[in-house]
Amino acid sequence: MKRKRTSRIPVGAPTLTKDDFKSDQDVRWCPSCGDYSILAQTQRTLPELGIPKENIVFISGIGCSSRFPYYMNTYGFHTIHGRAPTIASGVKMANPELSVWVITGDGDALSIGGNHFIHLMRRNFDINVLLFNNRVYGLTKGQYSPTSERGQKMYQSASIGSLDTPFNPLSLALASGATFVARSVDVHTDHLRPMLKAAFEHKGTSFIEIYQNCHIFNDDTFILQRKKEHKTDHTVLLEHGEPLVFGAEHDKGIRLNGFQPEVVDLTDGEHTIDDLIVHDQHAEDTTLANFLAGMSDTPDLPHPMGIFRSVQHPCYENLMTNQIRTATERMGEGDLDALLHDGETWIVS
Amino acid sequence: MRKPVEQIEAATILFAGDSGDGSQTIGTQMTETTALIGNDVATLPDYPAEIRAPAGSLAGVSGFQLHFSSEQIHTPGDLCDVLVAMNPAALKVQLHKLKPNGILIVNTDNFARRNLRLAGYEEDPLESQDLTKYQVFGVELTSLTRKALETTQLSTSEIDRCKNFFALGMILWLYNRPMEYTMKWIKAKYAKSPQYIEPNILALRAGNTYCDMTEQFAVSYDVKPATFEPGTYRNIEGNMATVLGLIAASHQSGLPLVYGSYPITPASDILHGLAKYRNFGVVTMQMEDEIAAVGVAIGAAFSGALGVTGSSGPGLALKAEAINLAMIAELPIVVCNIQRAGPSTGMPTKTEQSDLLQMFYGRNGESPIPIVASSRPFDCFEAVYEACRIAVKYRTPVIFLSDLYIGMGAEPWKIPELSELPEIKPNFTTSAGPSDEFEPYLRDPETLARPWAKPGTLGLEHRIGGLEKSDVTGHVSYDPENHEKMVEIRAEKVARIANDIPPTEIFGAQEGDILLLGWGGTFGALRTAAENYVAEGLPIGHVHLRHLNPFPNDLGDILNRFKKILIPELNSGQLLQLIRATYLIDAIGINKVQGQPFHVFELHTKIDEILKEIEHF
Repeated sequence: MKRKRTSRIPVGAPTLTKDDFKSDQDVRWCPSCGDYSILAQTQRTLPELGIPKENIVFISGIGCSSRFPYYMNTYGFHTIHGRAPTIASGVKMANPELSVWVITGDGDALSIGGNHFIHLMRRNFDINVLLFNNRVYGLTKGQYSPTSERGQKMYQSASIGSLDTPFNPLSLALASGATFVARSVDVHTDHLRPMLKAAFEHKGTSFIEIYQNCHIFNDDTFILQRKKEHKTDHTVLLEHGEPLVFGAEHDKGIRLNGFQPEVVDLTDGEHTIDDLIVHDQHAEDTTLANFLAGMSDTPDLPHPMGIFRSVQHPCYENLMTNQIRTATERMGEGDLDALLHDGETWIVS
Repeated sequence: MRKPVEQIEAATILFAGDSGDGSQTIGTQMTETTALIGNDVATLPDYPAEIRAPAGSLAGVSGFQLHFSSEQIHTPGDLCDVLVAMNPAALKVQLHKLKPNGILIVNTDNFARRNLRLAGYEEDPLESQDLTKYQVFGVELTSLTRKALETTQLSTSEIDRCKNFFALGMILWLYNRPMEYTMKWIKAKYAKSPQYIEPNILALRAGNTYCDMTEQFAVSYDVKPATFEPGTYRNIEGNMATVLGLIAASHQSGLPLVYGSYPITPASDILHGLAKYRNFGVVTMQMEDEIAAVGVAIGAAFSGALGVTGSSGPGLALKAEAINLAMIAELPIVVCNIQRAGPSTGMPTKTEQSDLLQMFYGRNGESPIPIVASSRPFDCFEAVYEACRIAVKYRTPVIFLSDLYIGMGAEPWKIPELSELPEIKPNFTTSAGPSDEFEPYLRDPETLARPWAKPGTLGLEHRIGGLEKSDVTGHVSYDPENHEKMVEIRAEKVARIANDIPPTEIFGAQEGDILLLGWGGTFGALRTAAENYVAEGLPIGHVHLRHLNPFPNDLGDILNRFKKILIPELNSGQLLQLIRATYLIDAIGINKVQGQPFHVFELHTKIDEILKEIEHF
């Protein structure tokens, strides 16, 4: 893994703890909201990154999740609906030393901010994007979101069922050229923390979709993937170089049948681990990553959790810095007086 | 033998043809040469929104007007002395701009029946009586260019693209201008495609020689250099002056410039211009839309850079919510609006100054934002620099207003000394101050500016955002009293900028019958009109506002010193409303909303009427 540009804490400096990252503001999410867990895991992970607190910036849009920066004792900017990626891009471009985190939700990132989301992915700034997906607009009280399932009736704005086909956030990110794509779950704390750390370590735009529960307006939307009693049969953990095995007893696997994923029983005597798909998160080609991302759109298949894709591409801020360096080498450092006198001039005496 | 040369004071030339005919190119070249030999010059490019409208059609006519003089001038001229019409459509569209007895040069090769029909002519105007009041010179521009270039290796269509330089060669002869600057430009322009250098120069020479050798023109003209203040000069377009002003502000403040933009006419030239100067540390980001473009400027400002975005009216409409965020977050950004004719898409390649009220009021809530307007092409440098100064000093978004007319118009500019440029000091906060806790909304008592603490500064971690903030601490606050207080503070902060701007200059009468009050790109027409009246001894003054929000402190007093306040604007009366509302004065508007600048004579007509009314009383 390449060294991050973000400045390191000097050797001998006091070690930071979770509490150093808590702001003095009362957290005001509803009781049982999945956001509490994501906040806590972030506050636990940041001290492990070895970077000074003052070099960390959280930038959010609008929605429940976007209140996140107020609760972090770092630099923070609660911006406007959908536009956090643009402001984060400006922050990172003006100071590439900063560790920049975008906090967004399914409505913020995929509806009003859909355009910025895809363009952030393709530019590959070294920015970490955490999308809290609860398949509902919470702050505006229960309208269907771009990830809500078609036909769902529980939403205020679709009392007889949503007509829209939902976005798959991972497929959208992959199609936009994202270099790091992962998925985790709000309450799977031991999984979420390493994902946050991996996103930070990845140089380039890192995108994590986090399944998150909205207790008030869309309770248990990801019940099969979130609840302990269901998750072993309904999620499959991705490990680079490992076959796709899942189930309480590691008794099931995913194999390729034609172009389709298929669940096989490893105890039936007909199938072995050798039949299964082996994960390769570093594949430049996105076919496997897309295939894995599509599994959550297919009923009865487990949802993959973990890193779908992690590849190294140049970062926008580095390319820009290189352009500046090259131009300066070629033309010399900018001389304002010479610039004002550029071209044909004449003197009146 | 050289033909006689007649000395004249000024001339106005209009080049017109198909959008692909190169009228803009030769107009620009004539401008460069004319400026370099010392005339004062003003230009007006006037072209269609379509890149290549159907050849020969009325919609496709592109024009470039320039006015040059041995005296100081402020406008591209009302009517023209010379019209170069490359086809019948250009003749039809532009003939009304030619003075009686003016010189009309037409490319007769393009007056075949098909072209006449495209332009809507029933019969050949060159053979009708319509043109008898002009001096008509029919020139076979296409055939003559082909003949001159027959020995080159170019195809016929490539040769035909050189004919604009044949026309320029003629005009250079007619006004006794040297060809060397144009030749130099051609060599530089085609350095990478050298096969085009010689043919274009040949065409230029051929046009020049043609005038020398034929009996077409009996005399040529000369316009002596104008008297300018001592100094070093260059010719500059408004958008380029904006580019240089932004780079100068970045350089003098030590703040790196981050310019976010999305392509839009007529602001794109600022993006193009800035993108060339990476060696000044300039970052230009062509973003996915107008909102993203202002978003990166805001983010860059939060990070401690000079964040700038630029667009035109439709783009400004999209940026409004983000500009409001910068306003409440009190971050310094500069938003350039190069206005064009609206509403909606309107007329993208025509000028107007109809976004003033949009800039004042086009945001939700109470949202005061300083507005600075440039008045002429070279003034864009100082005005945008001033916008940067205010933004940084007061930690606020500032709107810089320009328009298509001055953005794309050109004139000579006395290059400033760097030592003359006002100071811009970022004054970043680096420590928490008296109380241990950093207070991001603890204000400077004089300017009311809040601290600028950039991420990366130890101990100043803080959160900002679009939710209302508590005074001093910056925490989210829904407290009713606090909200009202913050609204008042933000308004007061902008109002206090009036204490930080120079006294208003009045041209002409310091008190009296009529004050011409203007802003933006109408400067030239207003000043010329005022000069004419002042020369006749009439008590007329002219004030041209650079600061539109806040208005200068002395403006109310000045307005009270005149019997009538006339506000000419290229809109339906926007400054008029603001002045009436602010000062309770019965000001009178002179309004034109045609996508074209004022002619000086239009102002004279209106002012004469009002002078008569005053005499009646």
